[in-house]
Amino acid sequence: MSRWVLLALLVWGCSGSQVKKDPEPDPVPLDPPVAVRPDALTIDPTAAPPVLIKDAMLWTAVVDTPRIERGWLRLRDGRIEAMGEGDAPPAAEGERVVDAKGRVVTPGLIDSHSHLGVYAWPSTWAHADGNEMTNPITAGVRAEEAFWPQDPGIQRAVAGGVTTILALPGSGNLIGGRGVVLKLHPAREARAMRFPGAKDALKMACGENPKRVYGEGRKSMPMSRMGSAFLMREKWIAARRYRQKWANWKQHPTEEKNGRTLDKTPPDRDLVLETLAAVLDDEVMVHVHCYRADEMLLQLELAEEFGYSVRSFHHAVEAYKIRDVLADRGVAVSTWADWWGFKLEAFDGIEQNLALVAEAGAPAVVHSDSAVGIQRLNQEAAKGLSAGLAAGLAVDRDAALRWITINPAWALGVDDQTGSLEVGKMADVVVWDRDPLSVYASADLVFVDGHLRHDRAAPGAPWSDFEAGLDAGLDRDLDREEATR
Amino acid sequence: MTGVLALVVAIVGGTVHPVEGEVIEDGTVVITDGKITAVGAGIAPPAGAVVVDAAGKVVTPGLFDAQTALGLVEVWGARETVDTDLGGDDRINAAYRAVDAFNAESTLIPIQRAHGITTVGVAPGGGLISGQVAVMSLWGDAPVAAPAAMMVRLGNREGESRGRGLLKLREVLDDAWVYARSKAAYERRALRTLSASRLDLEALGPVVRGELPLVVAVDRRSEIAAVLRLAAEEKIRVVIRGGAEAWLLADALAAAKVAVIVDPLQNAPLDFDRLHTRADAARILAEAGVRVALSTFDSHGVRTLRQRAGNAVRAGMKHADALYAVTRAPALLYGLADRGALVAGAAGDVVVWSGDPFEPLSRAERVFVGGVETPPDHRQRVLLERYRTLPPRAAEKADTTREVGR
Repeated sequence: MSRWVLLALLVWGCSGSQVKKDPEPDPVPLDPPVAVRPDALTIDPTAAPPVLIKDAMLWTAVVDTPRIERGWLRLRDGRIEAMGEGDAPPAAEGERVVDAKGRVVTPGLIDSHSHLGVYAWPSTWAHADGNEMTNPITAGVRAEEAFWPQDPGIQRAVAGGVTTILALPGSGNLIGGRGVVLKLHPAREARAMRFPGAKDALKMACGENPKRVYGEGRKSMPMSRMGSAFLMREKWIAARRYRQKWANWKQHPTEEKNGRTLDKTPPDRDLVLETLAAVLDDEVMVHVHCYRADEMLLQLELAEEFGYSVRSFHHAVEAYKIRDVLADRGVAVSTWADWWGFKLEAFDGIEQNLALVAEAGAPAVVHSDSAVGIQRLNQEAAKGLSAGLAAGLAVDRDAALRWITINPAWALGVDDQTGSLEVGKMADVVVWDRDPLSVYASADLVFVDGHLRHDRAAPGAPWSDFEAGLDAGLDRDLDREEATR
Repeated sequence: MTGVLALVVAIVGGTVHPVEGEVIEDGTVVITDGKITAVGAGIAPPAGAVVVDAAGKVVTPGLFDAQTALGLVEVWGARETVDTDLGGDDRINAAYRAVDAFNAESTLIPIQRAHGITTVGVAPGGGLISGQVAVMSLWGDAPVAAPAAMMVRLGNREGESRGRGLLKLREVLDDAWVYARSKAAYERRALRTLSASRLDLEALGPVVRGELPLVVAVDRRSEIAAVLRLAAEEKIRVVIRGGAEAWLLADALAAAKVAVIVDPLQNAPLDFDRLHTRADAARILAEAGVRVALSTFDSHGVRTLRQRAGNAVRAGMKHADALYAVTRAPALLYGLADRGALVAGAAGDVVVWSGDPFEPLSRAERVFVGGVETPPDHRQRVLLERYRTLPPRAAEKADTTREVGR
C-alpha cells in the first residue's frame, strides 16, 4: 500500500468521526445527473499519434461513394482528417505510415447489442450483472454502473474490428434499464469509455423472457403477454403524469401566499419514471427486445399511444414479416444472421431476415448479443448477404458492410460521428488483411478514436487484469508426465 | 418430401476434395447404389448414370458434426420438445439410447442439411453418464451407428468436487466389469450390491471391453489428465469433447491416441474450467498428431459447422486438416471407416459447393446422402416464399379506434 493511500485512509478515518453531522445534506439534484463526471478518466483523442494509411481499398459504408479502389486516409487528433483517391500525400513528420497495399480499410464495426462488461468472462455468478430481476420494471438502473471494464471479451471484440458497442441490460425484465454507448478503449471505469454525447438507451423486452422469469418463475405479473402489455402501459401512464408534474413545477416553481413568494417543493425524484420521462422527451432512445411480428406491431402501437419512438427492435427474427411497416416507420432491425428456434418465439427465424429487411428499406443491423459473436460481425454480415443473394434478393456487398457499420451507428444515434469513412468523423478505422466478408479475414490494425488498439503483428499484454499472469505458471512440457502419473 | 434416388450418379468436372488423398482437379465422383464406387480424374461417367455437372464447383464429402443435439430437440424453450436428458435423479444413465428419442421428422434436419451437413453424432445430455450416442444420417431414419459411443460429462457441479464425478465413474466401470464377468451370479443375487442398474451395467459392457468409446465432456487440463489415467487403468477408449485446455496435453493425447472434439470459436477464459482456451487449439492438437474433430455442440446452429471450420483455418489450422476435422475425423472416432471421405466403398454422402465450403458466400448447391439427392426444401424456405411478397396493407387506418378510445 502506498503511503498516499495510507494517508488518505487516515485522513478519511479522522474526518469521518469529526465531521459527523453534515450541516445540511445536498438536496437531491433535480435534473438527471450529468453523463460524464468532471473527473472521469476520459480518453484523450488528441493524444493519438497521427496516422497515414495509404494504398488501401477504402470501403466506406457511404451509400453514394461506397468504395475507393486505391486511396488514402489520414487520422489526426482522433478524427479522420482527410482522405482521397490515388497517391497519398507525403507523410508529415511524426506520422505513422501504414502501407495497406492489398488490404481493405473499413469503418470500425459497431455492435448494437452487447452484454460485454455486464456478463463478463469468466462466466460465473459473480459476473452476472445484466439483469436486475427483482421487479419487471427497473428502468432506472444503468448498465454503465455494472459494466466491468476488465472483461476479457472487450479486447477480443476490438480484435474483431469492433470499436463501438451499445452495452445493454438483459431481457429478463419488461423494462430492464439504461444501456450505454461505449468506445472500446482499455479503461479503468466504464465512464471513461462513454461515447461522448451519445444518448442512453432504454432496454425493453417483450415475449417469453419476462413472462418466464416472473410468471413461470415466481407466479407474479407478468405471467402472460397480456400482463406484459398492461404493466408497460401502466408505467408509461405514470411516466406521463410524472413528466407533467415536473413541467408544472418548472413552470411555476414558486407560489404566492399571503402576499409572499414562496418556493414550491419540487416533486420527488423517481428514477424509474425519470428515465421513462427522458424517453418521452427524446433524450433516451428505445431499444426493444422482441421476436414476433405481432408483438413488434404492438410495441409500435404503445409507442404511438404514449408519444415516443422505437429506435430499434432487437433479435426481431420475424422482422421480415412486417418489413414494410418497419421501413415506413424507420425502425432499425438488430438481428443475427442465422440464430433461430431456441425459443418458440424464435421458431420462424429465417436466414434471409437481414436481406429482406434491407431490401425493404429499413435499417438492417447485425448484432451479436454474444461475446463470441461480436468477434465476427463481419462473418455474420457475410452469411446474411450470402442467404440474400442465394434467394435472389436485391442486396449487395456494400449493403452488408452497412449492416455492421453505419446502420448500427444510426441505431445508436451516433451516425454523425462514426460508422463510415468520411472526413471529420471519429478515427474509428479497421485495416483488414483481406476482404472482410471472407471467413479468413482478420483485422490487422484497429484504431479507436485514432488510438491503435489492436495490432495483430504485435499483440502485447492482455488488457484485462483478470488475464494478467494467468498462464504464468503454465508448464507446457508437463503433459506426458502428468498423464501417466 | 422425397429425394431423387438414381442407381448411378456421376458428379463430373469439379475440384474434388476426397479428404483421403490429394485434391483432384476436374475430377469425377461416381456413386452406385448409395456407395462411392470411383473417384478420380479422367473417369468417364458409367453408361446410364445421372450426370451432375460440377464444373467450377467444389466437391467434398458431406460434413459430419460429431456432437449435436439434433433430433433430440425442436425448441429448447418448449420443454416438451426436449429429449436430450433422460431425466430423473439417477446420474448413471448408460442405458439411455439417444436413437430411441431421435426425431427424424425434426424441422431442424433439412435446415442443417441445406448447408452440407449429412451426418451427425446425436449426444444425450445430463447426468454423469448421459447415455448412448447415436450417429445419424440426415436422410432417412435408419441409424448409421447406435450406440456409437457412451457419453460422460465431468467438470465441477457447483460446490461438488469434480473428483466426485471421476470417483463415481471409476466405481461404475469397475462394477460393469464385475457384472460382465458374473452375470449368472448377479441373476442369483449372489453378488454384492452394484453401483448401477442392471440395464446401465449391461450398456457399459462394450465400454469396459474397449469396444465402445467413452466420449467425455471435459475442459480443464488437470481433469483431462485424470481421464487419460482412468482410460489407461481401465483399458478403455476415450474421446475428449470440449477439451478447451486439451492443447496443453497435445503430446500426451497423441501418444494415447485419444481424439479431441473442439469448437474453434472458443478463444477466451469463458469460465473457470476453460481459463486457458485458445483460438488455435485445433491447430496445435492437429500438428501434434491428435485426431481432431470440429463441432458446433449445437442443434439449430449445426449448419454453422463450415463457418467454424473456416475460423479454425483463420487461426492457423491447415485447410485440409480442417476439412478432415469435419468429415473424416468424426467418422473415424466413432469407428466408421466407410464414412467421411470420397473413396471407393464409402457412403455416397457428397456435397457440391459453389466454392470453398468454409466461405460464408459459398453455398451448398447439391447435397447427396447415401446417393440420394436430397431436396433443398425446408421450413425456413417455405417461410421465405410465404413472405417474399407481403400481403397488401389496408389503407391508412380510419380514425374510428381513436374515436372509441376517446
